Amino acid sequence: MPTLSRRHFLKTASLATASLWAPQFLQAFQRPGALAHKGRILVVLQLSGGNDGLNTVVPVRNDIYYRERPRLAIKREEALALGTEAGLHPMLQGMKGLYDDGYLGILHNVGYPNPDRSHFRSMDIWHSASPADQYWNTGWLGRYLDAQCRGCERPTATLEIDDTLSLALKGGDMKGLALLDPKRLYDTARSPYFADYAAAQPRHDPEAPVGYLYKTMTETLASADYLYEKTKARPTGAGYPDSEIGRSFRTIASLILADTDTSVYYLSHGSFDTHVNQSGQQSRLFKQMDEALAAFAADMRKNGRWNDVLVVTFSEFGRRVAQNAGSGTDHGTANQMFFMGGALRQKGLINDLPNLADLDKGDLKYNIDFRQVYATLLEKWLQTLAEPVLQARFDLMGFV
Amino acid sequence: MALTKEQQIRHLLWRAGFGPGSKTWPEWAKLTPAQAWSKLKADAAGKPLAFAVASNALQGVGMGFGEISRTEISQLTDEQKKQIRKQSREDLRSLNLLWLDEMSHTKAQLREKMALFWHGHFASRNINILYQQQMLEVVRNNALGNFGALLQGVSKSAAMLAFLNNQQNRKQSPNENFAREVMELFTLGRGHYTEKDIKEAARAFTGWGFNLAGDFVFRQGVHDTGTKTVLGKTGNLGGDDVLDILLDQRQTAYFITGKIYRFLVNEQDVPQDRIRQLGDRFYQNKYDIMSLLDDIFTGDWFYDEKNVGVKIKSPVELWVGIRRTLPLQLENPETQLFIQKALGQILFFPPNVAGWPGGKTWIDSSSLMLRLRIPQLLALGSDLDVNTKDDDDQDMGMGGARTGRQLRATIDWALPTKIFEKTPDQDLIPRLAEHLWQVPNPRPPLAVLQQYTDPKSRDARLKSAIVQLMATPEYQVC
Repeated sequence: MPTLSRRHFLKTASLATASLWAPQFLQAFQRPGALAHKGRILVVLQLSGGNDGLNTVVPVRNDIYYRERPRLAIKREEALALGTEAGLHPMLQGMKGLYDDGYLGILHNVGYPNPDRSHFRSMDIWHSASPADQYWNTGWLGRYLDAQCRGCERPTATLEIDDTLSLALKGGDMKGLALLDPKRLYDTARSPYFADYAAAQPRHDPEAPVGYLYKTMTETLASADYLYEKTKARPTGAGYPDSEIGRSFRTIASLILADTDTSVYYLSHGSFDTHVNQSGQQSRLFKQMDEALAAFAADMRKNGRWNDVLVVTFSEFGRRVAQNAGSGTDHGTANQMFFMGGALRQKGLINDLPNLADLDKGDLKYNIDFRQVYATLLEKWLQTLAEPVLQARFDLMGFV
Repeated sequence: MALTKEQQIRHLLWRAGFGPGSKTWPEWAKLTPAQAWSKLKADAAGKPLAFAVASNALQGVGMGFGEISRTEISQLTDEQKKQIRKQSREDLRSLNLLWLDEMSHTKAQLREKMALFWHGHFASRNINILYQQQMLEVVRNNALGNFGALLQGVSKSAAMLAFLNNQQNRKQSPNENFAREVMELFTLGRGHYTEKDIKEAARAFTGWGFNLAGDFVFRQGVHDTGTKTVLGKTGNLGGDDVLDILLDQRQTAYFITGKIYRFLVNEQDVPQDRIRQLGDRFYQNKYDIMSLLDDIFTGDWFYDEKNVGVKIKSPVELWVGIRRTLPLQLENPETQLFIQKALGQILFFPPNVAGWPGGKTWIDSSSLMLRLRIPQLLALGSDLDVNTKDDDDQDMGMGGARTGRQLRATIDWALPTKIFEKTPDQDLIPRLAEHLWQVPNPRPPLAVLQQYTDPKSRDARLKSAIVQLMATPEYQVC
């Protein structure tokens, strides 16, 4: 038996609107929307667990690959040919279609110096964009939000489709927002008690801890309201698979098509940590991912937004070249990144496949620092100065 | 406006422990701050009872393997290894819950609070339960003792040596990870050593390792016996010599003092002259931790209004604090693991070797909304309706546990409500706010709170007001 009655915590006594319950002190200095929206959308898809890049884009004419993976290698005739040297994993048929239409680019050998083989540490490095020997408490997209959105009313410029927020979206002052879908966020955040309670607050110094909490609370309530109001009238897209990643892409599409002021979406898919019996697990995850991506691309194309969208994938590391004894692969280093969208400048295989004859103790060597990719995304796609966000200068690349 | 005596005691109990317990609060309320500090020290005297959760099988495996060769270990079948890992993870969960219970119930609040500090300072991740259990024992035994002894104990623990790859630190191929973190994170802090110092110190630590039972082992054969120079000291240095050199540096005392000050007093407002003064005394007192705590908790400035109600509680502080205010029996104690995960602080799983960064980093929209709702969900007996991310280091690709989200508990309301039995109705909300919140001049919005409390009876009003006042931004700070 519950101790107390639900009514007194959740009762729907007064449904205040956003403008009523945003405390005066916050309204005074806030810009209403987020950053100046340029219409461009970045979708970051994290393949959690360390996806095996060599069985994703298969080097179909490489003897070393077939020698090192007698049980795990994907046969040339089964891979979906990308020219003569490479082939996609057989489950990635939708992505093959994007490749054929000139909407897919693949960048190989991406990594960073002194790679770490622990999931959480390497993921930390990818999220924070720190050098491998430093520990940063903020993420690269969070710092992007800091740079773009000081004084914004709500952090809706960067959204993660999840219940909890990743380090990547945590800035020093601003933090992105995590939600599974706008309705759910609205129902949870907009309990009348919290709304009324926040509305009754006097001025708090937003730099002081309690003020910071009120600021976060108010931003959350304002975001929940804004996203719900923007999307509630729109039917969500059809044709998305009924998987977690399918639902997430459907949510992203509905937010894009509702013209929210969001420029970055973040989502994760996994686990790709395939130490044992890799084939089945990777195939299953790829099938879900591929169906969702194909549905999303079709939806964006149909609605004339595909040229504004760039989907980027990454994983915290690749896996070792040789298979292990359990029909799986162990943690490795460098990996490929995919780019998908209607406005790619470089398509198909952007650079050389990994050189399997030149390994570092059985691991691929990186030759492109992932922060170069981030810098390119920030400057050339999101049109933001990269150096303040990444705390270092990187040469920009040509894929967008 | 100066703090009242009761506000001072509550401030002390939140910072030197996990907040007032409803059961013992009436006794504490009678004391002066000086008496309360003496009591906290007395209550934490003596050696803590060790936690022993590693199952007999694992303990046996560890001990047995200590005696035998590595080739025999490699003869374990994959199934056996998997079983061992599974058991280890389960035992680690038990250790986590046991420690939470201890923080919630022990009168040695000061020890467990400082143990939590050191647990974050000497952050390591390791799924080996034996090593984690040993490491926690080192931390709890030395939490109020001598920092030098603590540093040495941690540096020789299997958990830390494994986490920082010192097992791979050999004369022929030095691994600098351990040497770097000892200087950067455990003693001096960034900017007080050179890359050369790290390289030389790494050579001194070659051969420091451990066996499967978790005992420290010095492997002379892979130790570099050449001459090294670390921070100006030259000789055939070993690992112990390097630790002594680090402790010799006054900067170590300043670094540790600053970090403790931010943990116990104020994260944002840290007067450097005060850190120097406290650090000098810490150094003169040969790194006696209790003397430093004495200096902190008897300082007038500790009770300055600007140091009160300005620390964002960590998820563990928040949750343990709730348990101390509302004594409770959870139907499913494992829910507490889920809470830690959803709020971003899992004991034994710090984000990296630098520990939990704390402060504002605890707060984002999702974590804040869940923090606000937890007291309500607890009172209603509802399930936690959120999902957490998988952790591949823990899960090995097998997906996270999807259970353990039931927040159903039996709350012993008699204790918290008894504190207010004589409070007149009209004073109830202001008095509750004063007791539950640490902000110095609490101004609860009376009209809103009256609207959202249960008017059925005085008892119902009291209980629901307690819950609603805990479901606020003000309750997140101490």
